[in-house]
Amino acid sequence: MTDFRYREDDITEQPAVTLDAFLDQSNATAVRLEPDDDARALIPFLDRLSLIEIAFPKFRDGRGYSSARILREAGYKGELRAQGDVLVDQIAFMKRCGFDSFAPESSLNPDAVERAISAYDQFYQKAADAAIPVWKLRHG
Amino acid sequence: MYKYDNYDQAIVDARVAEFRDQVQRRLAGEITEDQFKPLRLMNGLYLQLHAYMLRVAIPYGTLDSRQMRMLAHIARKYDRDYGHFTTRQNIQYNWIKLEECPDLLADLATVEMHAIQTSGNCIRNISSDQYAGAAADEIADPRPWAELLRQWSTFHPEFSYLPRKFKIAVIAADEDRAAMRLHDIGIQLVEREGKLGAAFYVGGGMGRTPMIAPLIKDFVPIEDYLSYAEACLRVYNRYGRRDNIYKARIKILVHEIGAEEYARQVEEEFAHVKTLGIDPPAAELERIAAFFAPPPFESGLNEDIDRSDPDFAVWLDQNVKPHKQPGYAIVNISLKPIGGIPGDASSAQIDVMADLAEKYSFDELRVTHAQNIVLPHVAKPDLYAVWKALNEAELANANLDLISDIIACPGLDYCSLANARSIPIAQKIATRFADAERQRDLGELKLKISGCINACGHHHAGHIGILGVDRKGVENYQLTLGGSGAEDVSIGKITGPGFDEDGIVDAVERATDKYKELREPGERFVDTYRRVGMEPFKEAIYG
Repeated sequence: MTDFRYREDDITEQPAVTLDAFLDQSNATAVRLEPDDDARALIPFLDRLSLIEIAFPKFRDGRGYSSARILREAGYKGELRAQGDVLVDQIAFMKRCGFDSFAPESSLNPDAVERAISAYDQFYQKAADAAIPVWKLRHG
Repeated sequence: MYKYDNYDQAIVDARVAEFRDQVQRRLAGEITEDQFKPLRLMNGLYLQLHAYMLRVAIPYGTLDSRQMRMLAHIARKYDRDYGHFTTRQNIQYNWIKLEECPDLLADLATVEMHAIQTSGNCIRNISSDQYAGAAADEIADPRPWAELLRQWSTFHPEFSYLPRKFKIAVIAADEDRAAMRLHDIGIQLVEREGKLGAAFYVGGGMGRTPMIAPLIKDFVPIEDYLSYAEACLRVYNRYGRRDNIYKARIKILVHEIGAEEYARQVEEEFAHVKTLGIDPPAAELERIAAFFAPPPFESGLNEDIDRSDPDFAVWLDQNVKPHKQPGYAIVNISLKPIGGIPGDASSAQIDVMADLAEKYSFDELRVTHAQNIVLPHVAKPDLYAVWKALNEAELANANLDLISDIIACPGLDYCSLANARSIPIAQKIATRFADAERQRDLGELKLKISGCINACGHHHAGHIGILGVDRKGVENYQLTLGGSGAEDVSIGKITGPGFDEDGIVDAVERATDKYKELREPGERFVDTYRRVGMEPFKEAIYG
């Protein structure tokens, strides 16, 4: 179940397979990355993927943030889902790294999520979202 | 001094509102302490032995009188009338109430200050040379580059859940006053063929596995500065160890794969990151640098200083350093009175220092990693007036870099991680060596005390280091010799079995007595140790 989704297209019905399984038989369109999987292994196949789910077994393990950015930087346009120990106050960072859907293990208060993702209007650094960094706003 | 524009202010104000919401959710029981912990830690709020401790960021240790007065106000209004300046150029308050914390942060925000990323597994406050902008040996003022890093690292979405905390220092002189190579990343601005660049040292640190950062790249062109830092962090975020908290710092990664391999991976990542356009244009650096333009120094000031007051003369020789501008000097205010708590200052003392900065130092103060305060730009004819005011506030301790200028962590008196007390050891050693003549005779001697293996008191980098451990429920103190956090960086070596509280003071005295016996003209304690080695000291200490 995806609790929070920030995309307009249809949800992929196909179950996500592991990276190893995907690399063995790459006709799957949904894949799941564990924290220690190398996201770059997917780069040759991004066109045919409609869902990449990145696992967060523990919220403290931040490797998935880099995986997400690497995939967006490589041009991936499909759904990028954060699944697992995803907390209210992480969603804003995750969105900036390119995640656009969230499947938290424990249910989150939608109001709290909304407040958390709209807490900031300005961002100092360029990331994988559309936000314009402050230095660009300053200098055009 | 950097000044916030509307963007900077909006971000800090948003943080205050966000944290207020988080605290309310916690107080209402909507989130558990477990869930709240990472949130408060991202905001410098620790639960210590007796109360919440709040660490307030002082970016690269620079602040003005208005900000300094706010620190005094915070101490008065929300704490017990004092604050503790830390080895990371920050200030800590020890007795904070959670429910008052949002108001406290709102007060700080009115003077462009915050507690963002002063804890947690993220990029911490950027530290720098306390003499920046005043030192004759710098090739540029490092603070604009530190400010650029501050902005880049603030709420960095990818690097807020790193394997472990991450500390960066930026300097621009060969003399290292910021323990640069004992940081996760140490950056030294350098010049090559008339062009500015940055040397990156990566993988230093103290803690239970002290390491001196190896040079990863000797010259990063300055226009690639942030991209290169981003590449360094991304490699660490992806491959730093997460299986063991004690092996999670970047120094372990760099050590395990080797500096050369780490540098290769960074280079590969950098080639990609550089295409993303994350480096701001030169105009942004120019905008920031303009805030750090030299103050309007006067010319033709009298260079002669009246030394007729002997106490003033002693302080002048010990605590006042040469300035790059003729007619000016750098004043060091030691927060190490004999028998006092290293780094502590009362609200009244903080106000005095703020007043002096406003009146005599172009409204600027610095915090040093040695837990002292600097007035960076004092006209020589004003030095006596400054000293008199400091003396009245009990701030004219003439012991800079002497044995009683001790770095000490809060230790078991406050800290929930500590195994032993640090403060009483510092007090006893300073009291043993209280005689000013004796201290000056011993010369530069950096003594540093940590109350646990995490090494917040920098004991590994002490000419003499002391580490408090818990041995079967009893506090025990290990002695190390030969460390340094300066440009002659080294890690101290342990002398042998540890001591009890009084025994460690005796051991320090025996080591210094041995030094006096063995020293050659001009040698500091650490020089003699390096020349003769551990053996003679060991014999003197253990008999």
